[in-house]
Amino acid sequence: MDIAWYLVLSALLFAVGAGGVLIRRSPLVILLCLELMLNAGNLALVAFARSAGNEEGQVFALVVMVVAACEVVIGLGLIVAMFRRRLALDVDAMRELKG
Amino acid sequence: MSATDWAWLVLAFPLAGSLVIALGFRVLSPKAAGWIGTGAIALAFVSSIGALLMLLDEPTDARQLTDSLYQYASAAGLEIDLGILVDPLSVFMCLVVTGVSTLIHLYSVAYMDSDAGYRRFFSYLNFFVFSMLLLVLAGNFVILIVGWAFVGFASYALISYWYRRHTATTAGMKAFVINVVGDIGLVFAAFFVFRELGTFDFLDSFDAARETFTTNEGVVVAICCLMLVGAFAKSAQVPLHTWLPDAMEGPTPVSALIHAATMVTAGVYLIARMFPFFELAPTAADIAAFIGLATLLIASTIALAVTDLKRIIAYSTMSQIGYMVVGVSIGAYVGGLFHLMTHAFFKALLFMAAGSVIAAMANVQNIDRMSGFRRAMPLTSGLLVIGCLALAAFPGTSGFFSKDEILAFASDRGGMYLIFTIGGYIGAFMTAIYAFRIGFRVTTGEPCEEARELERGHLHHAEPRNPATGEGEDTDVGFPGPEHQIAERRRPMAIAMSVLAAGALFGGLIQIPGVDAVLEHFLEGTFESSPLFHIVPSTAASWFGLLIGGVISIAGIGVAYYCYVANPGVTARLIARVPRVHRFLLNKWYFDELQDALVYRPAIAIGRFANSVFERVVVDGIVNAATGVVRGAGSVVRGAQSGFVRAYALLLIGGFAALGVYFLVVSS
Repeated sequence: MDIAWYLVLSALLFAVGAGGVLIRRSPLVILLCLELMLNAGNLALVAFARSAGNEEGQVFALVVMVVAACEVVIGLGLIVAMFRRRLALDVDAMRELKG
Repeated sequence: MSATDWAWLVLAFPLAGSLVIALGFRVLSPKAAGWIGTGAIALAFVSSIGALLMLLDEPTDARQLTDSLYQYASAAGLEIDLGILVDPLSVFMCLVVTGVSTLIHLYSVAYMDSDAGYRRFFSYLNFFVFSMLLLVLAGNFVILIVGWAFVGFASYALISYWYRRHTATTAGMKAFVINVVGDIGLVFAAFFVFRELGTFDFLDSFDAARETFTTNEGVVVAICCLMLVGAFAKSAQVPLHTWLPDAMEGPTPVSALIHAATMVTAGVYLIARMFPFFELAPTAADIAAFIGLATLLIASTIALAVTDLKRIIAYSTMSQIGYMVVGVSIGAYVGGLFHLMTHAFFKALLFMAAGSVIAAMANVQNIDRMSGFRRAMPLTSGLLVIGCLALAAFPGTSGFFSKDEILAFASDRGGMYLIFTIGGYIGAFMTAIYAFRIGFRVTTGEPCEEARELERGHLHHAEPRNPATGEGEDTDVGFPGPEHQIAERRRPMAIAMSVLAAGALFGGLIQIPGVDAVLEHFLEGTFESSPLFHIVPSTAASWFGLLIGGVISIAGIGVAYYCYVANPGVTARLIARVPRVHRFLLNKWYFDELQDALVYRPAIAIGRFANSVFERVVVDGIVNAATGVVRGAGSVVRGAQSGFVRAYALLLIGGFAALGVYFLVVSS
């Protein structure tokens, strides 16, 4: 199959993810969308690896998965902390960083 | 073992002693600390003798040995070794320093007995001896400067030893500051030597200097003048001398060790060590000689007027070092160094005797209060008079031969140098008077109250008071009281003083014109390349000089007898007749005030100006402008920080998208 199809799918997934991050206010959903973006990247990496005929891209995809797992741990930890303090699960309500 | 091995041992013992006492002060009893300190210096003295014997085995022209422990720095043609130079001059200095120091340590073991800071004292004292030995054994300018600065620090620490005494800490700071002025001179001299000759090593630089410089070339005169700044600050020559009288705030053994016998002779040593430079720069050598002459005359006039026992001896030290500076500057190396040695003996003896008298007076230092100690303290009085005789150059004593060696050399060179002979004899006359001003005032006359009390077998006690200000002392951190130590009752003090008295009486016999010249033959190994060294006044001329010196000395003692014993009121009448002169001398020629007006006040004024104008306007202005810029820029970009996480994400993604579009446009 032509590599273009994989890349189109990857771009679509990425766009969905980015849109979700920008539009949704729930931190949980934002986290999901982030994962979507990362995996879109993974898909592109694997596709390129396949077409180039070597394994480096696949190794990178594995590394990205590890990083994504770590990120999820932190993100979920934050969400649990927010929940425990009975804060609204709404990123727009978290505005303490305003300059 | 070679001479250099012995020399390393000379350095090692005092350093080890200092460290052991300093680190083990909780474990060691005071008595043990004192004996460790004394033993370390005694071993250093033994090692110096070892170095001397090994050096004497070598032929005369091979008596300049160098050795290096390791290379301290090596970069871009600059090589600095931790190196020593063992030659007759450095071994001679080692013998004088360690020999006198051993006796002073022995004296201190008893004298400082009741002092709370006993261990600290011995640690400092050993450190001082180590620094001084490093200074005299240094084989290059870098090590010399290290030793030079260590000595300055040790002097500061020991002057401020009674650190609760305000006057002592002030005096310590004054000594340190003036010493640092000298250090700067020496450091600059070393820079110039390296720039012109490309080496820091003594022997290499001497050889290179003879090839590179012509006589009286500007650079070599500048190098010598910078060295003289260092030498004059250490050796208390006009106008950098004001720290030495104030340094008498330290304990009396410190005055004996540092401010009479060893440290203050460092400048004399420096001029003698650098003789190839000074012979290439006769102008600088003449400047040094004239300043030495001025110092010896100024100091001896002040010594005639001041009343503090230790300060009289301090001014006498300045004056005697003036003789040495004159000697080594005009080329009388043997004479200058010979006087250095005999002076170390009799001046240390005088300080020790003074310490004993001051203890008997319960820390009163005013000689107007002292009289008639000859029956109460026969030993101290006898040894004090021996010291005074040697100081006054009484015929036969050590000072008699050494002082006249310098003056005979000056008259032998003739011409302008006759000024030094005549000035030296005038100084010698005043020296004899003030020496016996001390001698007669303390020993003869009606016994004072303290002497009578001592004759009845009881040592006078008093609340310790600062002799300078009359304030009560804080005895918690150490003070030579309430138990005072006098030589009559303490054997170590008596032994140390007796040995020094033997040196003061008979030390001159090693160098008698026409009879023997031990020192001259020994020092030939260092100075044989010097043309001036080989000028030796004829025996007849030397003895003629000795005759004049002897007559002047006896005349001076006679005047002192007339003024202080036969007609005790005569000095008071003299003071009443010329009150201005007396006040001028009593205020030490107003040198302190002069320094105050020329250096201190302008410096303070500049500081005030810098604080009120420069710092407030310029420095603060720059700082405030910088913070203002940062603050303004911050308020501009602060608007971007909305706190909305999603806005940040949008910026990020938008930015990346814009970058991607840009690259697409560029690549197509």
